[in-house]
Amino acid sequence: MRARVYVSLKKSVLDPQGKTIHHSLQNIGFQQITEVRQGKFFEIDFASELTREEVQAEVEKIARDVLTNPVIEEFSYRIE
Amino acid sequence: MKFGVLMFPGSNCEHDAYHAIRKVLRQPAEFIWHQSTDLKDCQAIIVPGGFSYGDYLRTGAIARFSPVMGAVRRFADRGGLVLGICNGFQILLESGLLPGAMLRNRGLKYVCRQVSIRVENARTPFTGLAGEGDVWNIPIGHMEGNYTLDTDAFQRLERNRQVVFRYCTPHGEITADSNPNGSAANVAGICNPRGNVLGMIPHPERASEPLLGSEDGVRLFQSMIQSRSQV
Amino acid sequence: MQANPAITAEVLEQHNLTHAEYDRILSILGRSPNLTELGIFSVMWSEHCSYKSSKLHLKRLPTQGPQVLQGPGENAGIVDIGDGYAVAFKIESHNHPSFVEPYQGAATGVGGILRDIFTMGARPIAAMNSLRFGPPDQPRNRRIMEGVVAGIAGYGNCFGVPTVGGEVVFEECYSQNPLVNAFALGLFRKDRIFYGKAVGIGNPVIYVGAKTGRDGIHGATMASAEFDEASESKRPNVQVGDPFLEKLLLEACLEAMKTGAVVGIQDMGAAGLTCSTCEMGGRADTGIEIDLARVPQREKGMTPYEIMLSESQERMLLVAAKGREEEIFRIFRKWEIDAVAIGEVTGDGMLRILDRGREVAEIPNRALTDEAPLYRRPVAAPARVPPSPTPAGALSNDWGKLLECFLASPNLSSREWVYRQYDHMVRTNTVQVPGADAAVVRVKNSRKALAMCLDGNGRYCRQDPRVGAQLAVAESCRNLVCAGARPLAATNCLNMGNPEKPEIMWQMTQVVEGMAEACRALGTPVTGGNVSLYNETLGEGIDPTPVIGMVGLIEPLSRLRGSWFVREGHRVVLLGPLVGQPTGYSSAVRHHLARLQPSRGNGTDLYTGWVGRLPCPPLDLDLEVRVQRTCREGIERDLILSAHDCSDGGLAVALAEMGFSRFGAGTLGADILLPPTEEVGEVLFAEYPSRILVTVEEENLVALEKIAALQGVPVTPLGRVVPEVLSVRRPGSVVLERSVVSLEEIWRNCLGGLFADPL
Repeated sequence: MRARVYVSLKKSVLDPQGKTIHHSLQNIGFQQITEVRQGKFFEIDFASELTREEVQAEVEKIARDVLTNPVIEEFSYRIE
Repeated sequence: MKFGVLMFPGSNCEHDAYHAIRKVLRQPAEFIWHQSTDLKDCQAIIVPGGFSYGDYLRTGAIARFSPVMGAVRRFADRGGLVLGICNGFQILLESGLLPGAMLRNRGLKYVCRQVSIRVENARTPFTGLAGEGDVWNIPIGHMEGNYTLDTDAFQRLERNRQVVFRYCTPHGEITADSNPNGSAANVAGICNPRGNVLGMIPHPERASEPLLGSEDGVRLFQSMIQSRSQV
Repeated sequence: MQANPAITAEVLEQHNLTHAEYDRILSILGRSPNLTELGIFSVMWSEHCSYKSSKLHLKRLPTQGPQVLQGPGENAGIVDIGDGYAVAFKIESHNHPSFVEPYQGAATGVGGILRDIFTMGARPIAAMNSLRFGPPDQPRNRRIMEGVVAGIAGYGNCFGVPTVGGEVVFEECYSQNPLVNAFALGLFRKDRIFYGKAVGIGNPVIYVGAKTGRDGIHGATMASAEFDEASESKRPNVQVGDPFLEKLLLEACLEAMKTGAVVGIQDMGAAGLTCSTCEMGGRADTGIEIDLARVPQREKGMTPYEIMLSESQERMLLVAAKGREEEIFRIFRKWEIDAVAIGEVTGDGMLRILDRGREVAEIPNRALTDEAPLYRRPVAAPARVPPSPTPAGALSNDWGKLLECFLASPNLSSREWVYRQYDHMVRTNTVQVPGADAAVVRVKNSRKALAMCLDGNGRYCRQDPRVGAQLAVAESCRNLVCAGARPLAATNCLNMGNPEKPEIMWQMTQVVEGMAEACRALGTPVTGGNVSLYNETLGEGIDPTPVIGMVGLIEPLSRLRGSWFVREGHRVVLLGPLVGQPTGYSSAVRHHLARLQPSRGNGTDLYTGWVGRLPCPPLDLDLEVRVQRTCREGIERDLILSAHDCSDGGLAVALAEMGFSRFGAGTLGADILLPPTEEVGEVLFAEYPSRILVTVEEENLVALEKIAALQGVPVTPLGRVVPEVLSVRRPGSVVLERSVVSLEEIWRNCLGGLFADPL
């Protein structure tokens, strides 16, 4: 099974990279954009013998304890 | 006073810290490998700068899982002196030994240059020999030194006088222009409530000899030594 | 042997092999090669690896000297710096990969040159780079430069080597062919040098470092062909660097070398496993047999062809003393790096490649290395550049405005925007930070420091490749002398166009000749370097651009000098001629000065346009040597307090630069009085070589003049250091007067302003 984890800065935290990309996109003509946030994306493959529930528990733990810094980041995930 | 200098895979300022302690301050120093849990009776621990684990994932994020960090936490809980420099500061933040987190620099680029910082609290073991308001010339070199913390926690930090250094002009004024990375309230270094754990983005070991352009960093190390000789 | 697909003309062309070269392969093997073998030949016989077009010419360079411990032919040159210390250094190009993918191209260029240094046992203590791009007012050029600078920073900073200097030049000819030349220098004890030799029959051959993937397959042949539109599709082949892994590899290799169990070691750069195996065998006159099944692989299903030609980064090949492998494996385990015995040294001189025990290639090592084809390609001088125009009209005389325009040129302005992104202080040895004439790193626990710089000048080499190359060598030595150093030796990178064109070959022969003459005169042998040919896109080539990397010794460290004013009241003195002999150069200078219309703020780069039209200034090598000797003696006798080379932008720019602020010190000006005899514009803005601005205490001026007189060097006291204002006068009139703060602002904000807008 494969988990896809998305990590991004919390809404309350300034995202200097996202802001810069947004600004530049506007400069080169993409006027309809209201916001850009930059984040990270992880693909994690699990051994096939695990159940979906087990994978889910693992993913949450990994995302919470390792992949994010809870002071500034939040995450979401999908399992396929 | 014996200093222990941690070595993580990817640390690259550990030899600089070691050199400053041994050759400039003439104090004993030992390297401590990240897999070790033995702090070798050191009275102060330096978490050096560099790119531990390549800064992959987040700066300092992987290093905090090293066995040695457990030992450092116990050492700090007992009141031992812990100094995190640059990437070392980031590791201390990730480990929860200090509050807050680092974002990418405001300018989005790595910044290496001399800056001025003002001593905001001279009653820590790291600044005992400085006067409050003293201005130090000291180099920085980092990509992620844009310190952030939520408002309430930041107010607590200020109230507790945990902000130890702020970026300033050469004359000691705290201005937006003198902030090289966008750090909240120009924060360059903070300590824990008890004052025995300090994290700072500037590199005191790079400001430890006149040849390098400044020896203001020596006062920090001397303060550490003096604070323990008084105990 | 594996199934043998037909070697058609098309296959040969894909491998950049000529029919004559293929015939040679047939006669060496006595049979047809299979595809893997053909691939091996093609990379080893590529221009990049074999130097087949340049080697015969490079033999004319001086390479010997009492200080030289290792000349060309190894991974890097080595020079003795006394008291048991030695330094290894080299420069190498990564032009083509940086054009295809600027960040990774530049990053892996840095990674490659660092491996060249530590593979010899030296710890890298300094890096520099010489960069050339198209004009920065074009977004495409800015994007390439942003990526290159970020790539150098990303790799060097993480690895932990200070990037202490270099050069950045903008010229139209580099728009489609940016140049990225990376230099590194390492320090070691001279009894601990390691070589890339596979000695000792039966010794195990060990692969260490990153796993092999399909990265950069055929990068070496790509670097040996012109770019065309189809090259865009080569993008996926670009290698990606991992500086963190390289840092671990450095520590592990140096630790392994200490055990005494390593007998030979070489990095896997261009042509990867192929190049390292046959070169190590070739140098030792031995054979090497490896089994590809044992090579750590990142991707599944790689063919022998792919494994042998992969250019995955951060890999090394080492030969261990038989029976002591475990000592090496233990160290690599500690650093969590793969280390696997993949074969052994044999006595038959063959490179033998097995795949699970089945032979897939067998070629004599020396056929791939020493016996690679060498070409004496046709040489033809191009039509001469038309003679300089005759002087015309009255000179423009707003010299202050002209100086401002020059300082605002991307080619003369502050490089701070670039070097701020480089960690130039890590290792706490950097005693002269970027921005001075030379970078200087001290050697801890000694009285020594090493000065180094990179210099090139394509625009003069275009006019006169021989004199242009001499000027580059002279300037690099002069820069070191200004810092208080004795130049020791040089490395070089020849960046040229397509050698199959006779006029490009002519440029090469001239450049090599000029470099050889100047290095001989200045006593700086060439210990190695790199040749980068085919710097052409759609038939448009670059100016011939030799880049000289010069290394010198400062001992004792108290001889270190800055290139700026120290204190008010010091005398400002010019060593060398105020103007050169009347020549075509000086008449061209006057002609073009008359037509310069300084107008600030309209965005035109007046300086670059101006020097682009000037012919190459003449160089008197004998005078150059004496000027440098005068400066060195003046420093050694403690008379000279600071020294700055007058080069790009001439005397006026040099005077302004000497007054600019440094951290913790404000600006200083100068009050300069020019003798009435000379043409003002020519004195201030012409780029005459062999000129050094120095400052001395009033009472030491006579002693300096005596040294100069003994050397037969002209000396002109120009004025003195004063606060705040740079003023140049002649008896009875003011030539220019500007506040140094305002000049500095123009100079400092140019690049930063151009790059203010990201993307």
